[in-house]
Amino acid sequence: MSTTTYHLIGTRPPRHDGADKVTGRALYGADLKLAGTLHGAILRSPHAHARIVSIDTKAASQHPACRAVVTAEDFPETPDRIVDLGEGDTPLSYIRGNMLARRKTLYQGHAVAAVAATSPQAAAEIAALIQVVYEPLPCVLTAPAAMAKGAPLLHGDLRCTEFGQPTTEASNVADHFRQVMGDSEKGFAEADVIVEREFTTSTVHQGYIEPHTATALWNNDGRLLIWCSTQGSFVVRDTVACMLDLPVSRVRVTPMEIGGGFGGKVPVYVEPVAALLSKKSGQPVKITMTRREVLEGSGPTPGSFIRVKIGAKQDGTLVAAQAYLAYEAGAYPGAMVAPAATCVFAAYDIANQTIDGYDVVVNKPSTAPYRAPGATNAAFATETVLDEIAEKLKLDPLALRLKNASKEGTRRADGAKFRRIGCVEVLETMKAHPHYTAPLGEPSHAEAKRGRGVAVGFWMNAGLPSSCTLNVHADGSVGLIEGSTDIGGSRTSIAMMAAEVLGLQADDMRPSVVDTDTIGYTGVTGGSRTTFATGWAAYEAAQDVVKQMKERAAKLWKVDEVHFADGVFSAGEHRLSFKELAARVGEVGAPVVGRASINAKGPGGSFAGAIVDVEVDVETGKTSILRFTCVQDAGKAIHPSYVEGQMQGGSVQGIGWALNEEYFMSPEGRMMNASFLDYRMPTALDVPMIDTAIVEVPNPVHPYGVRGVGEANIVSPPAAIANAIHAATGCRMRHLPMNPPSVLAAIQQC
Amino acid sequence: MKVHVQFTLNGEPAEFLAEPRQTLLECLRDNLNLTGTKEGCGDGNCGSCSVLLDGQLVTSCLVLGVETQGQRVDTVEGIAKGSTLHPIQKAFIDHAALQCGICTPGFLMATKALLDHEPNPTEPQIRLWLANNLCRCTGYDKIVRAVQAAAAEMRA
Amino acid sequence: MPSVYIPALLRSATGGQELVKVPGATVREVVASLEREFPALVGRLVKDGRLLPNLAIGIDGEVSFLGLAEDVGPEQEVQFLTAIKGGRSEALS
Repeated sequence: MSTTTYHLIGTRPPRHDGADKVTGRALYGADLKLAGTLHGAILRSPHAHARIVSIDTKAASQHPACRAVVTAEDFPETPDRIVDLGEGDTPLSYIRGNMLARRKTLYQGHAVAAVAATSPQAAAEIAALIQVVYEPLPCVLTAPAAMAKGAPLLHGDLRCTEFGQPTTEASNVADHFRQVMGDSEKGFAEADVIVEREFTTSTVHQGYIEPHTATALWNNDGRLLIWCSTQGSFVVRDTVACMLDLPVSRVRVTPMEIGGGFGGKVPVYVEPVAALLSKKSGQPVKITMTRREVLEGSGPTPGSFIRVKIGAKQDGTLVAAQAYLAYEAGAYPGAMVAPAATCVFAAYDIANQTIDGYDVVVNKPSTAPYRAPGATNAAFATETVLDEIAEKLKLDPLALRLKNASKEGTRRADGAKFRRIGCVEVLETMKAHPHYTAPLGEPSHAEAKRGRGVAVGFWMNAGLPSSCTLNVHADGSVGLIEGSTDIGGSRTSIAMMAAEVLGLQADDMRPSVVDTDTIGYTGVTGGSRTTFATGWAAYEAAQDVVKQMKERAAKLWKVDEVHFADGVFSAGEHRLSFKELAARVGEVGAPVVGRASINAKGPGGSFAGAIVDVEVDVETGKTSILRFTCVQDAGKAIHPSYVEGQMQGGSVQGIGWALNEEYFMSPEGRMMNASFLDYRMPTALDVPMIDTAIVEVPNPVHPYGVRGVGEANIVSPPAAIANAIHAATGCRMRHLPMNPPSVLAAIQQC
Repeated sequence: MKVHVQFTLNGEPAEFLAEPRQTLLECLRDNLNLTGTKEGCGDGNCGSCSVLLDGQLVTSCLVLGVETQGQRVDTVEGIAKGSTLHPIQKAFIDHAALQCGICTPGFLMATKALLDHEPNPTEPQIRLWLANNLCRCTGYDKIVRAVQAAAAEMRA
Repeated sequence: MPSVYIPALLRSATGGQELVKVPGATVREVVASLEREFPALVGRLVKDGRLLPNLAIGIDGEVSFLGLAEDVGPEQEVQFLTAIKGGRSEALS
């Protein structure tokens, strides 16, 4: 556990952008107003699957308020190729096809054409004037349906890759991989208890409150300037450059303040379209999605069909595990099933494992990451099967988990071997937490039953490149320049890590998140990497500042060696604080500018667990959350309030996923609940206080021991709630969401 | 035909020209350049555009701009007293009650409406009054605590 | 010498060996050594100088951003992990 003492790290200073965000002054994407801005609107497919017979834009073009119309034909003609735009290798044609459909539409809400007009209202009216003739095709909406023989094919040219080898079969399965460790057949033969269950989970949305928005200006000097809401300005730059066949030097992306993302603002949707409209009209063009467009036309996270089989010895030793993971990618391949396979049994040391993953295209929006993408679905299966095994073996569910918990050196089925991780410490903290043994209390009425459940989850986190520049000012304050979109207070956590090195306070730092011309390449705010990687870059940049300041002091004092400790430079009798020296730098040399760019390795995974008490109304099937505790390994909590905030936010997203949220689809593939009224996310009234317990098992490679905490916290809540519902009612839940109808059905069946 | 609307905005007389179909949210953001009030859904379900209309909490996306003729509208831009933050604003910062911050203006207005009405609210009352405001980042815990702290500060 | 963890599905190419030690200071060099020692691995990891799209490189259990270009220390272990994303259209195969 963490023992080092710091002057700033671990404290809770106010965030640098706080005042702007409570006064309404902070500028988000939609708040930007360039002179002469036109408003864009996108025409979207009403059909889940259709051939585009023709698009007639004449009536739209002739409208007096219309300034430009674009379709997929307006993208430059470049041959298809594999590109990696921050989400792994993907054919360019698929990324482009999702922005504006060519030949076919693959989901209801698929963008088909776009217009720019003098007002948002006019743009919407003009988009409706575009005449599209569709030939509707049969659709498939779930992985099992899309995998069935004779299922309608989304992509005539998609060929399944099987175990890494190309096949010639046209299919909706883009990829089938298998991870094997040991001999699971032999393992199951040795098991005293085997539980095998099937699970389904619905498509859910990240539900960020700010819709996607971008303003693009194709400037008269040939440069394309973009201001947008994104988790990764460099991903936007690279994607737009790639889509429009421009060198990256022609594109500058300025990330505005962002109103939530959770993975959903990693992919690019409107920026290249706004750019094309700006090129055609010669004016800046802003496109802001409506809420309906966000739900129907951006990327939710996959629904899934999962089968998990686990075998245990009488003493609780897990001897074999098998998983079948079929994930719905939506319209284009990329269902995040590989991370699901990584996480499905990651919490346990099981010698014999076989994991099959299927990446399946269906006629729903092309999916995007959502907070530990893939892991929550998988944990719902594994953690409820384990609960059943604990029940059969009459073992405490946490004791069963502790007995088999992964630790340093445990190998996963994907081949990776864990470095120092905090799985055991998280489980021990859960077990010792007062919540775990507190009385459940009396049900609130005669038809109510109460129960408690637990589960754990894992997310491996990401490293990736980050850059940071520090400008030392004469008054001893430091301007910190970075490129990581700040979604939850990260600019302050990052500034604290530099300030810790420099012996400064958070208030001495002036952090800014800047555009792609102004800072070195920085990966997305995703994979729980920002505090870990950009914070590390800030630490290294601060070391660079210290080195330069020492040089200035040596010159000032005419000495060879200068020491720096606790914010004070010294040599013999000479002593100057950081601020005192900063004021005198100009006497002996150039301004001090610290720089660092890193390719952060070793993010270290994070484990998180949930303890939840529920009350189930067995007459209506409604489940209420009575008490919730989230335990997570943060490595080292830089700003504990923001770590707790991640834990609480992820937990409540997990509660929403567990109890309410789903894409409710008609048989024709129409989303029937495309509003926040019907896509029901938790409100303040639906949840209790979320207790947190931060575990600190330092990440050995990070200068401060940080592990990213953004994601693992969403993984366990649905499973923990399912286990709590079982404890209350005796019924096992195998479908998400566990809304009143599905709980009632389970009660009636069990 | 645009309509000339005169009203009181954050305590000061103000006027604007509105198309009859424009919502109050659009009028605030596009006609009056007060972009602190945010749009999250446009159909009254997320609460990000909450403002006070004659002291009543409303979602400004469901009010027409022309309806505010002669009325009093209070937005997030008017909460602070000059350069001094209102205790509610300060409590939201101190208690880390915002992450991305897009829902914050709406929560601040809803909190103001609550504390104007009930200076010493219980936790269930707070949760009820904030139930029309969606926050996807915080899980509401720190927001509820910030409201409790602000209420205590304002009573002191 | 770095060690390499051979995925189960490729172990027929290494005569069933799970962990092999081969020389190399980068992943690219390690793969070249592997291919020399186990010719059946040719084309199963790298094709035309590129890592197969279904694979990602792991070093001591963590995904490497640089892939084949990543440095490997003598005490480190290289793993071939399952890549995220993907999709292969006929035109590209």
